[in-house]
Amino acid sequence: MSISVQNLTKTYGNQQAIDQLTFEIGKGQVVGFLGPNGAGKSTTMKILTCFMPQTEGTAQVAGFDTLTQSIEVRREIGYLPEHNPLYLDMYVKEYLAFIADIFKVKNKQKRIATCIDMTGLGLEQRKKIGQLSKGYRQRVGLAQALIHNPSVLILDEPTSGLDPNQVAEIRNLIKTLGSEKTVMLSTHQLTEVEAICDRAIIINHGKIVADKPTLELKNNADENSIIDVVFSAEIAKNLIEKLPGVLSVEGTNNTFSITAKKDANIQAAVWDLAVKNNLSIVSLGQRTSSLEAIFKTLTSDANNS
Amino acid sequence: MLTILKKEFRSFLSLFIAYVVMIVFLLTVGLMSWVFSDTSILEGGYANMDILFNIAPWIFIFLVSAITMRSFSEEKKVGTLETITTKPLSDMSVILGKYFACLLLVLITLLPTLFYYYTVYNLGSPVGNIDSGAVIGSYIGLIFLAAIYVAIGIFSSSLTDNQIVAFIISMFLCFFFYAAFDMLRNLNILRGSQFGIDWIGISYHYRNISFGRVDTRDIVYFISMISLFIFSTKLVFGSRKW
Repeated sequence: MSISVQNLTKTYGNQQAIDQLTFEIGKGQVVGFLGPNGAGKSTTMKILTCFMPQTEGTAQVAGFDTLTQSIEVRREIGYLPEHNPLYLDMYVKEYLAFIADIFKVKNKQKRIATCIDMTGLGLEQRKKIGQLSKGYRQRVGLAQALIHNPSVLILDEPTSGLDPNQVAEIRNLIKTLGSEKTVMLSTHQLTEVEAICDRAIIINHGKIVADKPTLELKNNADENSIIDVVFSAEIAKNLIEKLPGVLSVEGTNNTFSITAKKDANIQAAVWDLAVKNNLSIVSLGQRTSSLEAIFKTLTSDANNS
Repeated sequence: MLTILKKEFRSFLSLFIAYVVMIVFLLTVGLMSWVFSDTSILEGGYANMDILFNIAPWIFIFLVSAITMRSFSEEKKVGTLETITTKPLSDMSVILGKYFACLLLVLITLLPTLFYYYTVYNLGSPVGNIDSGAVIGSYIGLIFLAAIYVAIGIFSSSLTDNQIVAFIISMFLCFFFYAAFDMLRNLNILRGSQFGIDWIGISYHYRNISFGRVDTRDIVYFISMISLFIFSTKLVFGSRKW
């Protein structure tokens, strides 16, 4: 197992950041760590990278314990922290050389060149980090995490704040890396998990609410369908809720989004309802991003309980 | 440790901290030693370098605090502390790397004042009429003094993520340990006590050693003070894990 976490708990004062997390990540897996803000994603990653210790439980990376074999763990990990902190007054190459020196990388110059190439930093490699745009800084952060060719990559929100093209490039890079390394990345974008991860771990309020291969999660999600409907005039919400197969309704006045069982044929039912009430339907659309739905239900259910 | 030292020292150069520190120190000391008639060696009539060794501890209070203030505060503020502490480096090697980088800068700043010795040596009548033992002792004293200041500065910087707060704490602690115990001794209630309280202060030992008398008691004192602040820094730095 590349990453193995047992009953991991972290409390800040009275606040429970993560609560009895248990999961294992095998070699070569790309795992998406999903959850709303404040769910405990970064906390878990900070414990795994030995930035801070857990309150209870154990965490192991590549067979080394994060508390007792911290230096060995840190040698195995490539870590991109959440806000990608960098020394802005250093040059790109100077910074990478500094990190390479810490890891005592052999063939330093060659390895730096490879990492610059991999992350697409070629054009900017002679600049100071402070002069780079956010997207390029993110690449420097990634290059820094890759410099010693680690077996485990831990990336905390690697694509946040990037433009769509950059997001696509970084995702491709992670995907390539994932073929030979264990990658754990956190995100709150579901499309990212769909695009690059083999498996998703969804956490909320410090607890795991789902831990499944992405495909399976998606199939589950497909059991329900969500439609957005706009009526020509106001209609009572409870009339919609009474339709067969409806699970939940959101919205007011004449605009609703309805979650219903897939086999309930909800579109026809809504249509009938409109006719019955002498209304017409202005627009009716089915949402495609189904993983989003399951994320929403998983994380909001836990909210209510 | 060497990796950190190298990186820290390069950042002194690239941020112009090193040049500013050297210019300010040499300008002040140079003017006081040779130009201003109140303190000038030329006007004084004696072939000694006392003026340098008297004012350097005071200038160092500012300069060393300025050099060291960013070492940990900046990393805390920007978040690069997370980058460093998740790399395979022990806490002590990070602290010592930063410590020696700052100390190195101070020593390099001090280096050009060796010319003063050469000058005074040749101006003496007859030539060479200077108490070389005292000068060597004073330099050793000054180096130890700077080493304590740097340890105090690094410690202050580890306490806060605000550079200005670090600067002020460091200046206060340097001043306190350099001079405050001398002043305390002169308080009426403490006067006449057998064991002088000034023994705790740096200036007592600095004075001792600058007579050219390198006493093991003073050396032990200097090394203990440096270790005290280095280990306090380690304690504070490690407290992120509490």
